[in-house]
Amino acid sequence: MNVEVTPLPGIGVRKDFATRTGRRIGVVTQRDGHIELIVSKSDDPDACAASIPLTADEAGALANLLGAPQLVAQLTEEHRDLPGISTRQLPIKPSGPFDGRTLGDTAMRTRTGVSVVAVARAGQVHPSPAPDFTFTGGDLLVAVGTGEGLEAAAKILKYG
Amino acid sequence: MNHTALSLIELGAVFFVLGVLGRLAGKIGLSPIPLYLLGGLCFGSGGLIPLTDIGGFTHLAGEIGVVLLLLLLGLEYSAAELFTGLRRSWTAGLLDIVLNAAPGAAVALLLGWGPVGAMVLAGVTYISSSGIVAKVLGDLGRLGNRETPVVLSILVFEDLAMALYLPILTAVLGGVSLLGGLEAVGISLLVITVVLVVALKFGRYVSAAVDSPDREVFLLKVLGAALLVAGLASAMQVSAAVGAFLLGIAISGSTAENATRILEPLRDLFAAVFFVVFGLNTNPASIPPVLGWAIVLAVVTTLTKVGTGWWAARRQGIGRLGRVRAGAALVARGEFSIVIAGLAVAAGAVTGELAALATAYVLLMAILGPTAARVVEPVARALHRKTAPKTTPAEAN
Repeated sequence: MNVEVTPLPGIGVRKDFATRTGRRIGVVTQRDGHIELIVSKSDDPDACAASIPLTADEAGALANLLGAPQLVAQLTEEHRDLPGISTRQLPIKPSGPFDGRTLGDTAMRTRTGVSVVAVARAGQVHPSPAPDFTFTGGDLLVAVGTGEGLEAAAKILKYG
Repeated sequence: MNHTALSLIELGAVFFVLGVLGRLAGKIGLSPIPLYLLGGLCFGSGGLIPLTDIGGFTHLAGEIGVVLLLLLLGLEYSAAELFTGLRRSWTAGLLDIVLNAAPGAAVALLLGWGPVGAMVLAGVTYISSSGIVAKVLGDLGRLGNRETPVVLSILVFEDLAMALYLPILTAVLGGVSLLGGLEAVGISLLVITVVLVVALKFGRYVSAAVDSPDREVFLLKVLGAALLVAGLASAMQVSAAVGAFLLGIAISGSTAENATRILEPLRDLFAAVFFVVFGLNTNPASIPPVLGWAIVLAVVTTLTKVGTGWWAARRQGIGRLGRVRAGAALVARGEFSIVIAGLAVAAGAVTGELAALATAYVLLMAILGPTAARVVEPVARALHRKTAPKTTPAEAN
């Protein structure tokens, strides 16, 4: 996927890409942190049919809607023939115990046997995160393990 | 009634009326600048209600308004953005100068205002209002459009051109000799280069010097630094406004964001005073004789700006609709045209007619610009349909 990054001097940055149907879709991030979702018109690819202002929460929610479930669905499908193993999304809460800390800090595998196979952040999936991978609030971990292990992992992320 | 009481009443009335006018402008989706100018015309000499007791305050406040206008403009850009903007847009920027400065210079020469008048009016018709343009682009939801970076980089180029033009203008208005003029140009070029390099390499130290976690301390430091730099620049003949602009560029990162947030209301207040003062000093009776020329300039420079945008956008591979949108977005003139005319009038180097023409011109362009940006798309589509009636209208989406 070729994401084009275009500076908008005095305003911010535009990041967008062309879809297979020829429309551009992307995000304008303004200097003051405002985020806009942009979708180009179908008859005039230079112009936007919609530019929708999003709060940081809304943008995160949209990113997760688009990114993580698809990954989890795919993994669940792959693990269907392995009884006892399931896949789950685990959120990192903003200003929660692991916001700003690393995967290694959670000691997840040692404590629960659960593997974190990917982290979905702002619409991008980071596969196989290393122990020094630093979480930020709003990240969504994709974890694989036993049902009990995943339950324990969720608790660790929530309460530290 | 004593003098202070009268001044307070007059000042209060002026601010209150400006507030009402600003709200009116917001309601009809216009920039408040033309209404502030109109307000100034009403209150000034020869206007409806001449106010004479607030001259001392408004004069200095207007000067501070210009410094803050330019400081906040500088805060919007980082030095790196200026360099990339310059690299990407210099051909379009040069075309912009030639096409849009020429009509102003020509009219000034035709009216017999001499080379100084020509230089002033060239600046007035050249510079788009980055404030109005950026606001219109945001309001119309065009920040994500593909032609928008083209428009913005032309604005960056224009703002940098101002940093060169203003010191030269100040020198010329001061009536210096050719040698002195060259010296001023040399000094300003040197200062600008040094500041840009410093901003690029050591911007964080400048930022750290003015930064403070305390709101009050921060406000005083950043405002104090701006006025100091502006004053020093003015003493060096580099124009106070440019000094403030360069300081704004040197301040970057989160310090710049905080400074913008904290200074914005002050800028709005003092800049409003500046526009009013400009209107105050213009006699409304002097406008009708130059109105015809103002309309001619408005029509011509609307077309030349559209042409500039069209050409610049085409070079970036933008489609026809995007090209006219880029052109129309650039049409608005505003604060800087008035800053230029204000400098000239304050120096007493040009006739009062020039101020009247500049006022009428900016009044027209500040209204015409946002309107043009808004209606250009439906008009272009309608024209396209008329010329090509067989194509089915594109699916509404």
